[in-house]
Amino acid sequence: MLADILFLAFATAIILGAGTVVLARNPMVGVLGLVFTFLNAAGLFILLQAEFLGLLLIMVYVGAIAVMFLFVLMTIDIDFVKLREGMAAYLPLGAVVMLALLAELLLAAYAAPISGVGNPIGEGADTSAAALGALLFTDYNLPFQMAGLVLLTAMVGAIVLTHRRRSDVKRQNIAKQVLRKPEDSMTLTQPKVGGGVTASHWEPQTVEEK
Amino acid sequence: MLDLLTLYATNLITWDNTLTLAWIVLTCLLVAVPVLLGMAYTTWFERKVLGWMHLRHGPMYVGWFGLLQPIADAVKLFFKEPFVPEGSNKLMFMLAPAMVFVPSLLAWAVIPVDKGWVVADVNLGVMYLLAVSSLSVYGILMAGWASNSKYPFLGAVRSGAQMVSYEVSLGLIILSVVLLAGSMNLSAIVEAQQGMWFAIPAFPAFVMFLVSILAETNRHPFDLPEAEAELVAGYNVEYSSMYFGMFFLGEYIAMITMSAFTAILFLGGWLPPVSVVPLTWVPGVVWFALKVVAILFFMVWARGTLPRYRYDQLMRLGWKIFLPLSLVWLVATAFYVKMYGNMVWGG
Repeated sequence: MLADILFLAFATAIILGAGTVVLARNPMVGVLGLVFTFLNAAGLFILLQAEFLGLLLIMVYVGAIAVMFLFVLMTIDIDFVKLREGMAAYLPLGAVVMLALLAELLLAAYAAPISGVGNPIGEGADTSAAALGALLFTDYNLPFQMAGLVLLTAMVGAIVLTHRRRSDVKRQNIAKQVLRKPEDSMTLTQPKVGGGVTASHWEPQTVEEK
Repeated sequence: MLDLLTLYATNLITWDNTLTLAWIVLTCLLVAVPVLLGMAYTTWFERKVLGWMHLRHGPMYVGWFGLLQPIADAVKLFFKEPFVPEGSNKLMFMLAPAMVFVPSLLAWAVIPVDKGWVVADVNLGVMYLLAVSSLSVYGILMAGWASNSKYPFLGAVRSGAQMVSYEVSLGLIILSVVLLAGSMNLSAIVEAQQGMWFAIPAFPAFVMFLVSILAETNRHPFDLPEAEAELVAGYNVEYSSMYFGMFFLGEYIAMITMSAFTAILFLGGWLPPVSVVPLTWVPGVVWFALKVVAILFFMVWARGTLPRYRYDQLMRLGWKIFLPLSLVWLVATAFYVKMYGNMVWGG
């Protein structure tokens, strides 16, 4: 009873959130709509007794990935009008993707009819986290490792493509600073009374580049 | 559809359900009110301790020993004019403080303050806490963006980057404790520390955790998001009245939450230091509160002692030092647990 109502609430919220993502004029609002969608999808997971997946969804997608989206949106200069221009041209492509996803969903639903609320990992598992871990590190060990490797490659690739060493930025070398001794930067002189210190006495010693 | 809804409605509104609902509301209040009061007196505690560190008295005029100062502050905030700047995104501007405040209170649903004294004793308490604490960054980013002003924007970007960076090492350290205890249930983690607090065998992790929670809650010496000298006040420059108050509340509640989390993970939660007779007579809540206050004192102490980090130093500490160290620690802990089993003594 309560589960039904919660399901309705989460499902409605997901549709609203997803609608916001697509229709929002402002990309910022769009990302926040995406976050809202993620949160409600996590709610659906928890309703299906897959608490671990639900919380993971919030931690990974809401806590890290969507924050990155938000970051990028906040820091780049976007021309909202220009962004909307190509909308119509991409519409057929979007429709194709949507139809493909719909077909997949229908196929999946046809192959395994949705039968009420149950534990998708299997009844009798102590916690979903333990069951997931056991599956992930035994039956699905290879795909799991491969997925990790693919992600790592993408990460390294992104860094290699975008990283450049800038020469005009001052950088701090903390080890060098710590290892600096008084002798490297100052000399003590004993000036004669009335004589003062002339510049010839004093030669600043620069720290050698190692 | 309508029939279904009326059916639901008539079935929902029953005496039993009303009682359950009343009980839920009561438990929420039982948790939220002490946390809010605790937050109010954390500000008092901070001002007092900082005062003493500066050789002055701190608040003294409102109430005996300045004890009513937090209430005076709250009343003042309530009666200020709520000001929404021209050119800001109004809805988001007003929503942002709530987005900081609400997650900080939500976290308290799973925190056990004594044996069995917890609203929801869920199996994945640690995960829940991490998930909820990762939400508050949105409030700050929204505030900075919606204000449509330079300083808040810079403060928000800094804050977001900082919170996300330190969450990584924080998560890895928490994972190592979860491995030691063999459970993600916060009560079970506390119970696992009956023989010895995890702060002793996992001392390096404990130290890293303490530093990371300072960064995670945007506290000194990592309070770059609101570095007064350069950003005026960071993401909350444009806020006034209770809008500002809610950021303030959220930040201080997050401090208490993180202290409580540290107490549970490393300092044995509600357990006394050693299980001998005079110590076991003291109720668990008192031990828990003492530990939380001790960690809060550490946070205030850091504020009174240390100068602010520079931004690149902060990022260096997070990504180049804490992340590799916590990864190594996690692997070492995993090896230990594989060889000798979970560290559960006397439980």
